[in-house]
Amino acid sequence: MKKDIILGGVGGQGILTIGATIGTAAVNEGLFLKQSEVHGMSQRGGDVMSNLRISSNEVYSDLIPEGKADLIIAVEPMEALRHLNMLKPDGWFITNLKPFINIPGYPDMALILQEIDSLKHHVSLDAEEIAKNIGSVKVANMVMLGAAIPFLDIDFSAFENAIKMIFGRKGQEIIDLNIAALKAGIAETEKFL
Amino acid sequence: MQKIVLLGDEAIAQGALDAGVSAVYAYPGTPSTEITEYVIRSKAHRDGEVVATWTTNEKTSMESALGVSYAGKRAMVCMKHVGLNVAADAFMNAPITGVNGGLVVVSADDPSMHSSQNEQDSRYYGKFAQIPILEPINQQEAYDMMPYAFEMSERLNVPVLMRITTRLAHSRAGILLGEKTPQNKLALPKNPRQFVLLPGIARKQYNLLLENMPNINQESEIAGFNKYYEGTDKSMGIITTGIAYNYLMENYPDGINHPVLKIAQYPLPTEMVRKLYNECDTIMVMEEGYPIVEEQLRGVLDNGKKIFGRLDGALPRAGELNPNIVAKAMNLEIPEVTPVPKLVTPRPPSLCAGCPHTDSYSALNIVMEEFGDGRVFSDIGCYTLAALEPLEAINSCVDMGASITMAKGAADAGLVPAVAVIGDSTFTHSGITGLLDAINSKSPITVMILDNGTTGMTGGQPSQATGKIEDICLGLGVEAEHIHVLNPIRKYHDDNVAIMKQELLYHGVSVIIPRRECIITLGARIRAAKK
Repeated sequence: MKKDIILGGVGGQGILTIGATIGTAAVNEGLFLKQSEVHGMSQRGGDVMSNLRISSNEVYSDLIPEGKADLIIAVEPMEALRHLNMLKPDGWFITNLKPFINIPGYPDMALILQEIDSLKHHVSLDAEEIAKNIGSVKVANMVMLGAAIPFLDIDFSAFENAIKMIFGRKGQEIIDLNIAALKAGIAETEKFL
Repeated sequence: MQKIVLLGDEAIAQGALDAGVSAVYAYPGTPSTEITEYVIRSKAHRDGEVVATWTTNEKTSMESALGVSYAGKRAMVCMKHVGLNVAADAFMNAPITGVNGGLVVVSADDPSMHSSQNEQDSRYYGKFAQIPILEPINQQEAYDMMPYAFEMSERLNVPVLMRITTRLAHSRAGILLGEKTPQNKLALPKNPRQFVLLPGIARKQYNLLLENMPNINQESEIAGFNKYYEGTDKSMGIITTGIAYNYLMENYPDGINHPVLKIAQYPLPTEMVRKLYNECDTIMVMEEGYPIVEEQLRGVLDNGKKIFGRLDGALPRAGELNPNIVAKAMNLEIPEVTPVPKLVTPRPPSLCAGCPHTDSYSALNIVMEEFGDGRVFSDIGCYTLAALEPLEAINSCVDMGASITMAKGAADAGLVPAVAVIGDSTFTHSGITGLLDAINSKSPITVMILDNGTTGMTGGQPSQATGKIEDICLGLGVEAEHIHVLNPIRKYHDDNVAIMKQELLYHGVSVIIPRRECIITLGARIRAAKK
């Protein structure tokens, strides 16, 4: 088993929490992990990405080779497209459709949708809307993680346990909310399969 | 045994804790910050067993660590690569004193300059200081090296440099933890003159270091971190340094036929290098950093076997490596990639919504319209982002503290008035001495100390300047009537503009302190208070 995942978003959108959750689930399952993150200057409202690699064999490089990623998981549509060069030809492109507009000249959303729809393997959803319906817009990132779970070959229970480990201090309510977000994300992806 | 998931930085911190470190000192700097943050969060520190302190700058960190070593205990000092320039005076003399307790200096390099103004390679410093350098290839090795680093430091009587790069520092992996070593007991140096570098003593101490070089060299051959992997295809032998090994192996998932020398410790293991050179027709050198090993192999004449690397263009001269760059160098086929759609636009970092710096610069920009462009010297921090759109307010960013001294120099040259913009933490790091220079020569400069009460860019570590700035300026000799504290919010924009204009017209040193808490630390404080 080997999954190379690019996580994309804007600083502050919670991609590191997605990475930490997948990483914790993977290591608890006895898999090898490397997860490269961006810290420092770029976190100030700039584009951020993380390379997440999980495998049943030892992982060498912290970076995924260009054109070899199995999945792109993005919490912002233009940020998803920014990493398209990393995706392998039959890889899956999973993105939130809600744009984060903090720059002048953000491209026309219709053109972004056109690009996304032209991809053979894509799952796209409005994670904010779904998260709001569950109870809090803050779990939009967990909805996106849920949308990716059908492609990860890791048992759902491992993600539940990871959520308990990461959010344990914040109480049962927060744990339940995050698990509900994962389930809602999975349900969205099932519509595309 | 259960693995724990740690950043490379955190693996170093945990390794130091498990190796019996007694004190850790640092000034925050990407990509090194998380080492000390981890130690500060640790139970050992919270229980008062391990000292962990953010200091005023890297030099004070390095000297404090040397003091711990003097007292017989193990110390670690952590910094980003350019921080080692600041610590260099102490760093270069510590090998002459030698150590008492083990002393490990961690320098985190930033090739490709993700968060830095240059990509200098700390291995040159290690070579310059003539001390052992460790360069782990992954997070587990970083952890595993720490007990060895302290033990070797004590056994060979030298500080040890650990050099890491961004991708190791900021990448997580599962780590298997090892044995715990207890801390050393307090013990004075056996030789009371060891740390007294008077010329007569320093000459003796330096000879001790030189006499020790064969032992230091031998360590690289036998410690086990440098590894020679045999291979059948001897048309090329490959030397990798640090994480370059991973990028190579990524391209050969079923194993590689070429002999490979994996370097993770310096001085270079001469015997292993000689074996590779003798066995192979050509040599490829892959280094995450400057071509330091490659230069040594080529020598001045470069008249030996064919060598490939960064100097002949087989690999790019600048920037970090990655699997594809290495694949190209090895003439491997690279898959065609889907191009990034043209509509994707850059999203550079920017000051946060509600950032006090935005209000400070908005006022300054109005004032500077009258005096003309090209007069604002700035410094290292979040506020450097004012170089970009939409503010475009500053004209320089060079090194910690250079805003004040460059403004002074420009004023000396006739650019009057000149303005320096520096953050509170950067001011105490390296701005105070420059301000004293300006005061002593009555330079016509206006110094803006943007006081947001934190070290913002690296994630909000405490600022050593908090609550002290006015007193420092008064003590240095800034006239009280030319020190102004402003509140940088929109409501006071006009008042702030008026004060800045008035001080720019003053022919001497003025200090303006726009003071408002960083919006990020403010938010964190409010969230914490609610709990």
